Amino acid sequence: MSLAQVSDARLVARCRTGEQEAWQELVTRFSRYVYAIATQAFRLSQHDAEDVFQEVFARTYEHLDKLREDEAIRPWIAQLTRRLCIDRLRAGAREQPSDEELEPPGFDDSLARLDEALSVHEALAGLPEHCQEILDRFFARDESYQTIGEALGLPSGTIASRISRCLGKLREKLEGRSEPRPAS
Amino acid sequence: MTPYDEERLAELLRSLPPAPQGWVEAAQELPFVRAEIEDLVQRAVDDAEFRQALIADLEGALEQVGYEPTDVLVRALRERLSLS
Repeated sequence: MSLAQVSDARLVARCRTGEQEAWQELVTRFSRYVYAIATQAFRLSQHDAEDVFQEVFARTYEHLDKLREDEAIRPWIAQLTRRLCIDRLRAGAREQPSDEELEPPGFDDSLARLDEALSVHEALAGLPEHCQEILDRFFARDESYQTIGEALGLPSGTIASRISRCLGKLREKLEGRSEPRPAS
Repeated sequence: MTPYDEERLAELLRSLPPAPQGWVEAAQELPFVRAEIEDLVQRAVDDAEFRQALIADLEGALEQVGYEPTDVLVRALRERLSLS
């Protein structure tokens, strides 16, 4: 089983032993999530988002031993990112607003949407590589049919139908599973 | 059973664009260069001349003492030294 298929809990346990590859996978796994919380939910500038991003992962690494439940790493990272975004906004504020004032309206809904998006992204990892590539390039990276066609060596006229087929596979994957990742 | 239609899936996929590659690489490397960072910060605290060299030309000073001035190391040191 590749590290990308390992459960969150097992990945955290492997990070705790100092395994560098496991840590790299953990950062990869949650990087989009942290980035999206900072830039979409909190609308931080790129500069502030970068500082928050690095701080989130630095603190995550430092506090791996203190996690009560390894499988709860995702909500733990979400709350840490929220906390650091609020701190960042507070540092730039003239007065000292409360957390509630600094938290954007609808934050809980935004986080729920990003949680669901991360689950979909995890399901994507279970699809054939060509589907992962084409869906990620088109939707997440916003690449054109032409760019994708050139990168993957495919006629651009076939990209739309491939995207549709891969979305179908992704839907089947999501509807056919009850847990996001295997426990071991 | 989760009702995901194509539009919904597309929206969810769009909402998680990749973080900049440099950020990801820095976060992946940082824990493993911490010992180097601590060593260099301590040297800068103990040795005013070395500290001045770092401030004047961080990359050059790192090379002088045998460290490769990687982006991660340089960035972390800039932050630490501005706090020291």
